[in-house]
Amino acid sequence: MSEHAKTPVMSARGLVKTFGRVVGLDGVDLDLYRGEVLAVIGDNGAGKSTLIKVLTGAYVPDAGEIRMDDELVHFKGPQDARQAGIETVYQTLAVAPALDIASNLYLAREERRPGPLGSVFRMLDKKGMKQRAETSVRELGIQTIQNMGVAVESLSGGQRQAVAVARAAAFGSKVVVLDEPTAALGVKESAQVLRLVEQLRERDLGVILISHNMPHVWEVADRIHVQRLGRCAGVITPESHTMTDGVAIMTGAMALS
Amino acid sequence: MTHTTPADGSVSLGPGPERPGTGEGAAAEELARRSHTPTQRIQHILHGSPFLSAALILVITAIVFTMLNDRFSDPRTLSLLVQQTAVVAALAIGQTLIILTAGIDLSVGAIAILSMMVMAKISTDQGVPGPLALLIGFAVGTLAGGLNGLLVTRLKLPPFIVTLGTLSIFTALVLLYTKGQSVQYADMPDLLNWTGKTYAFGDFRVTTGVLIVLALYIVVGFALGQTGWGRHVYAVGDDADAARLVGISVPRVLFSVYAVAGLVYGVAAWVLIGRAGTASPNAIADANLESITAVVIGGTSLFGGRGALIGTLLGALIVQSFSVGLSLAGVDDQYRLLAVGVLVIVAVSVDQWIRKVKA
Repeated sequence: MSEHAKTPVMSARGLVKTFGRVVGLDGVDLDLYRGEVLAVIGDNGAGKSTLIKVLTGAYVPDAGEIRMDDELVHFKGPQDARQAGIETVYQTLAVAPALDIASNLYLAREERRPGPLGSVFRMLDKKGMKQRAETSVRELGIQTIQNMGVAVESLSGGQRQAVAVARAAAFGSKVVVLDEPTAALGVKESAQVLRLVEQLRERDLGVILISHNMPHVWEVADRIHVQRLGRCAGVITPESHTMTDGVAIMTGAMALS
Repeated sequence: MTHTTPADGSVSLGPGPERPGTGEGAAAEELARRSHTPTQRIQHILHGSPFLSAALILVITAIVFTMLNDRFSDPRTLSLLVQQTAVVAALAIGQTLIILTAGIDLSVGAIAILSMMVMAKISTDQGVPGPLALLIGFAVGTLAGGLNGLLVTRLKLPPFIVTLGTLSIFTALVLLYTKGQSVQYADMPDLLNWTGKTYAFGDFRVTTGVLIVLALYIVVGFALGQTGWGRHVYAVGDDADAARLVGISVPRVLFSVYAVAGLVYGVAAWVLIGRAGTASPNAIADANLESITAVVIGGTSLFGGRGALIGTLLGALIVQSFSVGLSLAGVDDQYRLLAVGVLVIVAVSVDQWIRKVKA
């Protein structure tokens, strides 16, 4: 891991989010640099998903600020975050099973044909989208998906995950957030998805990976943000700490000085 | 995490051949190819184009009925069949849109009758000119559909309940407004009756109404198949949560679908005036079930997200062919109901089956 002399692509300071009397986030700082994988780990209820939802615009924080490339941003919804270059791969994947791969990649971002067919008749550029979808998928080195015209529901779990990652990679210009991307997958498919995560890093994107799977985190993460009781218990690296240490920090059995 | 698939007994780690080019990958591909039995291939084809089964049924129906009585293929019989199908086929367009979003519309017939009686009565009682009366009738249909849409999206009520309620409401409004009275052909402006005008192509005759319905199929079919709006309709019906997460405004899409369906019912009302020659508040009593039947036989899934508009047109034609064909064969009309009932159940079973498709 190189030193981060540059400014972070995404930086959060003092994020607070409460739900009535329940404190979800209690003043969390986070820095994400281009070309790194930042894992977020934590026990259930530690505030992982709240943190991610604040960063991707699903929640508006009660206090604190988020900066993208040192510029203050205020996300009022996921659409705002998306426009700022943040793409999310949801745990549920957010794909329409009956639609084909190309349609899913371009869902809600459909491209129209040039000329009056597109502007007057609002006709979709199906062929163009299919070709560009193929390029996006190929650029990520996904070889298990060949035909962009097949319905997503006929794909395996790993292939579906790959479609969701390819979509995020195609449109996320700065940050890609992956929520438990390997949770539902077998050993081999998990390995493929982890390769995709590394691909995203090689494209100089900032990657946030939420995972419960410690071996996966230690395999691909550059730094690990440990979330505990709504706060950041510390940021470690796979080199500085072992998995056992990580779990100990997560559960409060060990404290970082 | 491993589990075996009963089809080939192999350990399933995902069907994808992830080692293309290597000997092992080729063997896996070979296995994947071999596991496609003829039945599975049919399943795949139907999965891609669910309306094909409807097309096949229509062809078989036509052949069988022609064999039973060759008058079935007579252009005059076919002309009548097409004219009789027009109104239900038009209503079923709106029904298809709503079913594609995993909804259902029980108020189809009531909305059509409401807009028909409004356009007929304001032109005869208030002397509103034909074109304006027509537009007001369309507007009433759109508003009525829009009301369904508002109730579904704002109050988040199930479409079944919303349209069950509005079915009664719109029916009551029609009866209160018309006091049960019909409006006669001769009293209505020419424009309203224009949909009954026939054009002859040899022995084959079509009405303006039939042409309007075909135009509706083309326009709505284009919107569904070739525009972003159409994609969003499918996505919302397929998985509303996924649609929301990718940034589709699910309420906006749903509302637009109900409003467009209402407009389509308004146009169907105009076609109905030409077909029936009067505007009667008691017309098309079976429209709700007939339109749903046409959609389902046409291969559109009641669970939303899959189907094609062309299937609905085929479905409507199949139902009407049964009616015409069985009466030409001298069979009791009750058998038509029976046959249509069997078809509906078969169609839904086929839909369930093709949804389980594997790559």
